[in-house]
Parts: sequence; C-alpha cells; structure tokens
Amino acid sequence: MDMVPVSRGATKDVLAMANLEVDLSKIQPGQTITVKWRGKPVFIRRRTEDDIAKANAVELSNLRDPEPDSVRVKNPEWLIVIGVCTHLGCVPLPNAGDYQGWFCPCHGSHYDTSGRIRKGPAPYNLEVPTYSFMDDDKVVVG
Amino acid sequence: MKRLSIIKQPILSILNDHIVDYPSPSNLNYFWSFGSIAGICLVVQIATGIFLAMHYTPHVDLAFMSVEHIMRDVEGGWLLRYMHANGASMFFIVVYIHMFRGLYYGSYTSPRELLWIVGVAILLLMIITAFIGYVLPWGQMSFWGATVITSLASAIPVVGNSIVTWLWGGFSVDNATLNRFFSLHYLLPFVIAGLTIVHLAALHQYGSNNPLGTNSAVDKLGLYPYFYVKDLVAWVAFALFFSVFVYFFPNLLGHPDNYIPANPMSTPAHIVPEWYFLWVYAILRSIPNKLAGVAAIALVFVSLFSLPFLNTSPIRSNNFRPIHRKLFWCILADCFLLSWIGQKPVEDPYIIIGQLASVFFFFYFLVAVPLTGKIEHYLIKYKS
Repeated sequence: MDMVPVSRGATKDVLAMANLEVDLSKIQPGQTITVKWRGKPVFIRRRTEDDIAKANAVELSNLRDPEPDSVRVKNPEWLIVIGVCTHLGCVPLPNAGDYQGWFCPCHGSHYDTSGRIRKGPAPYNLEVPTYSFMDDDKVVVG
Repeated sequence: MKRLSIIKQPILSILNDHIVDYPSPSNLNYFWSFGSIAGICLVVQIATGIFLAMHYTPHVDLAFMSVEHIMRDVEGGWLLRYMHANGASMFFIVVYIHMFRGLYYGSYTSPRELLWIVGVAILLLMIITAFIGYVLPWGQMSFWGATVITSLASAIPVVGNSIVTWLWGGFSVDNATLNRFFSLHYLLPFVIAGLTIVHLAALHQYGSNNPLGTNSAVDKLGLYPYFYVKDLVAWVAFALFFSVFVYFFPNLLGHPDNYIPANPMSTPAHIVPEWYFLWVYAILRSIPNKLAGVAAIALVFVSLFSLPFLNTSPIRSNNFRPIHRKLFWCILADCFLLSWIGQKPVEDPYIIIGQLASVFFFFYFLVAVPLTGKIEHYLIKYKS
C-alpha cells in the first residue's frame, strides 16, 4: 500500500472518516461486533476468561504466523482485528471453526481466539489495526 | 456443375472456400457439431449482451436495481437476461464437450498443436469474461466472487498487493472495479470472436481430424450441403436443450444468494463459483497454502497449453488406444468429481477426496499422457 503513488492515496473525504469511535459498553462477554472502518469490517470481540486462556495456552512454535497473544491486544478482554481473511479477502464468521475464533467460509481457514491462523490456506494472522482506548468503554480505531 | 460467378468474387470466394464448399472428412460424428454450436453460443451471448447493456447501469448503487429493472420493466428483458445468463452455461457445456472430443480423438496432436493452443486461449478468455460478467449484477455472489478471485493475485510475492490494488482501482472491490469489469466484459467477447477466426484459420490449414484419427484426404465431402444438414440437426437439438433451461428452469444453474444485493460487510456462509468453474476451484481449495494454490491454477493452464507437446502417441484416436482410453474416461470422471468437490464445504472427507482428484488431474496431463504413448508404442512394436 505504501508503494502506490501519492495521487492514488486516500482522498480528504476518506481521511476525514479515518478514525472511528466505538462504544463498548453494550457488548456482552463472548460477543463479537462488526464495525465498518475505512471501508473494511473490523471485529471487536469481548473475550471470556476461557477465550483468553485458550489464546495463551498455545505453543508459539506450532503457529504458522507466530505471535504471542500479548502483542495482539492492549487489554486482554478486548480483541480488535480487521475482519478480512488473509487468504483471499472474505469476511470470516465469528465464534466458529475448530478453534472457536473465526472460520472463513470461502476456503476453510480457521482462526483462534486471538485471531491467529491455525488451519487452512490463509498465510497470516488477522491484522490488528491501530487503536487506543479513550476509557474503559470507548475505543478509537485508527 | 455451373457455378454462380458470385462465389468467384474477392472475399466471397474466401467465404465460399472456408464455410460453403469446404471439404470435410466424410466420417465426422455428431461430436464434431460442437464447434459450430460454440460459435452460435458466442453470437447469442454478444447479441443478447448488446441489448442488455442498453438498460444496465454499472454503478454500485444502481447495478442490482438496473438488473431487476431489466427483469420487470423492460419488454422481453427477462428473456434477454435469462438467455444471457444461461447462455454462458450453455457456452461452457458446449466448449467442454468440444474439448473432451478433442482429447478423445487426439485432435490436439501434431500437426494441430496451434489449433489446440488457440482453443485453450479462447477458454481462458471465456473464463475471464464469464467471471467479470457474473460480477455485473452486483449481488452477494458477484461481490464475493470478485473479492476472492482478484485476491488470488495477492499471493504473488512482493508485488501481489500492488497488483490487487491496481485490479480494483482502489482499496477494495468497489465502483471503480465494477466500471472496469463492465468495460472489459464488453471488450473481451470481441477478442474471443477474433480468436475464433484464428482458431478456424488454424483448423483449415490441415482440416478437421476425424473419428478414426487417420489422414482423410481421400474421403471428403463438401461442408455444404452434407455437414450443414447434419449440423442443423445438432443446432435444433441444442436450441431445445437451451430452451428447457431458459423457459422452465432459468435459475437452476445460478445461485439464489446473487439475488441479495452486495454487502461488503458480510460474506455468505457458503460461497461457490458458477458450476463451470467448480473443477478448477476445487483444485485451488485442495491446497492449504495460498501461493501454492494459485500456482496450481497456473499449472492447470500450463498443462492444457502444453498438452500437444506432452503427447507421445503417433496414434490419434482413443478407439485404437486401449490403455490411454481408460485414462481418458478417468480424467473425464475426475473433472466431474472435482466439480462436485468444488461445491462442498471445506471439511473431511471432501478435503482428501479433492486432493486426490487434484493429484490425478496433474498426473493425467504431466505423467499419463507422455507415458502411455510410449508404453503403447512399445507394446505394438515388441509384443504383437
């Protein structure tokens, strides 16, 4: 993306919408919501203790794209990832698949509760966007 | 017989030499009618497409509605669209039969290598044209099909993502994508028509192969009237077959999810390409590695393009090749099997069946074709 010439970059109307504030107070534990950010779906998942334990229980050497759960989250309760399968761009389904994270219906990629690729054709983990917490109930994506 | 002087005129004499008085092997069977039926399919697609384009709007907010407008408000619009949508399926049925005929009777072998290569190029263009045409109604299958297939390019190392951005004209499948697909969908059929002329020119250098696969120079009949009449029977039968779909089961070959407007936020739980892509889609899905999956698709077309050079048999027709004939029926069955796997969810046992079927596909082209020609040659020479 960085390689494209300047004139083909994001226009001002797009940049004006580049940050998105999300209210987290209504999300239940175990629930995943999808918000639209920069034209793409972003998953925000309020993880249960069980989800977090599973994400941390994995041997890193078993992962295709090794990343510890701790570098993928700012607050372990909240997992925020871009909802675009790294295989061919479909939107994976939440709370599905062999690892209870996401399952991509297009070609069968399974992601775990940290959004890491575990099985199937996708080469990378679900991308983590830049975001920051305003307070306990508000996050700004972008 | 006294000839009308009109066929001696420039250009008309060429037409006469190639599509009227053209000498054809006297023993051609009905499988040889599929070439001309494919030509009819192309004409039907272009004719209906031109009229559909007069009512269609290539914009993300309007495309879906404009297709419904064609269906409900345009006089005869439903017929145009159903003919065009089912016509694409008919075109692939006809071309696949045409290709398997070439495989069975060895029509691709020397000296007709270029004829086969031009044919595979036409198939490749047909696949691209059909794919981008399917995107135009802007339903859920259109959108996600476009996303998945264009994303195949992202598997290419280093430049992959830049290529995908360039294909899309933006950072996702959007209005720029739809517009360029419409433009190309109008252009490519004319390129196919041009290649069809090249295909015909390549055919007429050595003339048609025939069911015996032998040199038929001593036994030919004029295309007109003999094979026109024979082909006419095939054309009427094809028209009836086509009509059953258009008038009675117009949506049988489509997918109901494409009547849901495109939604970039949600992928349908079960996405499948149109039936005519399932065999190659199954090969893509069988390989649990992104780059290798895309490379496998490339290898499919490399195999098809190089088939005439992989062949080692001096005997063309499978009527006289008992070993290779069995493998021919296996590759035909394998393509049906792959097409069935391509529409199944990615789970066991479909994964392993798909992998085995994919392996056999490449085994046939890259190992069986060169080897059986040599084995049969050896048996004829030393064991008979």
